[in-house]
Amino acid sequence: MDALFDFLRTYSTTIAVIGVSALLALSVWVTLYAGQLTLGNAAFMAVGAYVAALLGRHLDAPFPLALLIGAFAAALLALPLGAIVFRLRGVYLAIATLAFGEIVRVILLATPITGKGQGLNGIPPTTELWHIYLSLLIVAYVLWRVQGSTIGRAWAAIREDEIASASQGIAVGQHKLAAFVIGALIAGWAGGLSAHVTFSIDPSDFGFTKAVQVLVFAVVGGVPNVLGPILGAGLLTALPEVLRPLRDYRDIFQGAILLLVIIYLPRGLVTFVDVRRTRRLSRIGAVDVA
Amino acid sequence: MLLETVGLTKRFGGVTAVDRVDLRIVAGEALGLIGPNGAGKTTLINLISGVVGADGGTIRLSGADVTGLPAHRLAALGIARTFQGVRVFKGLTVHDNVLIGRHTRMRSDVLARLLPRPRDMADPDRARSLSLIERVGLGRRRSDVLAGELPYGDQRRLEIARALASEPRLLILDEPAAGMNPTESAGLRALIESLRAEGLTILLIEHDVRLVMDTCQRVAVLNFGRKIADGTPAEIQRDPAVREAYLGTEAVA
Repeated sequence: MDALFDFLRTYSTTIAVIGVSALLALSVWVTLYAGQLTLGNAAFMAVGAYVAALLGRHLDAPFPLALLIGAFAAALLALPLGAIVFRLRGVYLAIATLAFGEIVRVILLATPITGKGQGLNGIPPTTELWHIYLSLLIVAYVLWRVQGSTIGRAWAAIREDEIASASQGIAVGQHKLAAFVIGALIAGWAGGLSAHVTFSIDPSDFGFTKAVQVLVFAVVGGVPNVLGPILGAGLLTALPEVLRPLRDYRDIFQGAILLLVIIYLPRGLVTFVDVRRTRRLSRIGAVDVA
Repeated sequence: MLLETVGLTKRFGGVTAVDRVDLRIVAGEALGLIGPNGAGKTTLINLISGVVGADGGTIRLSGADVTGLPAHRLAALGIARTFQGVRVFKGLTVHDNVLIGRHTRMRSDVLARLLPRPRDMADPDRARSLSLIERVGLGRRRSDVLAGELPYGDQRRLEIARALASEPRLLILDEPAAGMNPTESAGLRALIESLRAEGLTILLIEHDVRLVMDTCQRVAVLNFGRKIADGTPAEIQRDPAVREAYLGTEAVA
C-alpha cells in the first residue's frame, strides 16, 4: 500500500497528464468518428484553460463553476466556427481548424489580460487526480453510449457516405456540428483541469504541436471505439517516462515504437481487441478515419 | 397526385441536363423512367431527391412546394431512393445500414441510453429492420455481416431495404437491376411488384426495358434532358419519337 502511495506521489504529474491527454484524445475522437479531420482542439483546450484560470483569479469563481464556464466558452466558440468550417472537407477542413488554433494562440499572445507571452502564473493547483479520472470515466461512458445511439449511427453513416446519409434523412451538417461542439466542450473541460495541475499556462502550450499530438493520440490508439484514444494517450504520454533510462536514445526508441504501431496496427492499438473485425474491414477497404 | 414537377431544369455549365421536364406520379402507381445514356434520368431523380438543387421549375409533393429542400428534409417527407452505383455503408453491418434508414422514423435515444436499464427486447425498430432484411431476401442470419462483404447484387437489395426502412411514400430506384444475373433480376421484379401491390408509389429508372414494361403502369421517356414521351408501356413502344431516340432516324445496319 505504501509502495502504491509512493508511486502515486512520485508520478502524480505524469498520471495527471495522462488523464488530461486521454480526455483530449476523446475530444478529437468525436469528430474523427464522424469522419471529420479537425485540429482545433488544442485551441478549445486553451479557451477552457484561460477562462477557468481567469475566472478563479479575478472573480473568485468556485473551481467547478470555473471549469464548467471554461468548457462552455469553448463549446460556444465552436458553434459559429463549425458552421463556417464544415463547408470544407478532408485536409482543407484540417487546415482551416489549424488556422483557427493559430488565431487563438496569437490573440492570447497579444492580450494583456491573458498575460501575453508570459501567460498566467500562480494558478492554484486545485485539480486532484480523481477530478481528472472521474471526468475521464464519465466522458468515456457517455461517448460509448452515444456511439450506439441514433446520433452515433448517424456519425458512422456520415463517415461512410455523406450523400447516402443525407438521402436517408440524416441532417449531415447538424450532426457534424454537434460532434465538433461536443469535442470542444470536452477539450475545454480538459484545459481547465490541466491549467490547475501545472501552476502556469502560456500560449505555447496550446499551439500546432499540441493539436497534432492530440490527433496522434487518437489515431495511434484507434478510432473504432472510445478505448482507442485512451490507450493511445496513455501509451504515448507514459512512453517518455518509461524510456527515461535510455537517456539520449529515448527519442529514437519512441519514434521506432510509433512507427511499428502505425505499420502493423494501422487502425490503432485498440484493434488488438477485435483483430478479426479489423481484418474484415480492411478487406473491403472501409474507411474509419477521415 | 403524389409528386409533380413543373418545368424542372438543371444545367451543368453549358449543358442542360434536365430541360423543362414536367413529370407527374400518381399515388400508388409505378412509373418507369427510361432513355438513352446521358438523357438526364439520374439528374432528374437527383433533383427530386434533393441531392442537387434545381436551376428552374418547381417540385410538388402532395401539392406542397418542396423545391430547394435539402435531401434529408425530403427523406423525412417520404422520398426514399437507391443509387445507381450502390452506396451502402460498407463498413457497417447490414442491420446498422437498415437502422440508419429508419433514422427519420426513430426518436433520438441518446438520453435513454445514458441511464442503465434492462435491455429492451421488444425494440420495434430492431424488429422492423430485421423483417425488412428478410423481405428483400437477405436472410436474417446475415444481418451482422458488414455490408461491404456482401456480393454486389445483395448490396443492391440491402440498399432497397434501407430505403424501405424510412417508410417512404415514394420509392425511387435508380437502375436496381444493373449488374444482376437473371435469377436476381427476377427476384427484384417480384419484390417491386409486391411493393406496388401494397400501394407503394415507385419511380423506376432502368436500362432493362423489359423490366420497366412489365412492372410499370406508365412510362416516361427522356432524351437530351427533355421528356419526349409519357404513356402506357404499349403506347411508348409504338411512339415514333421514342423509336427515333433509341434507334436514330436513319436505319442502322
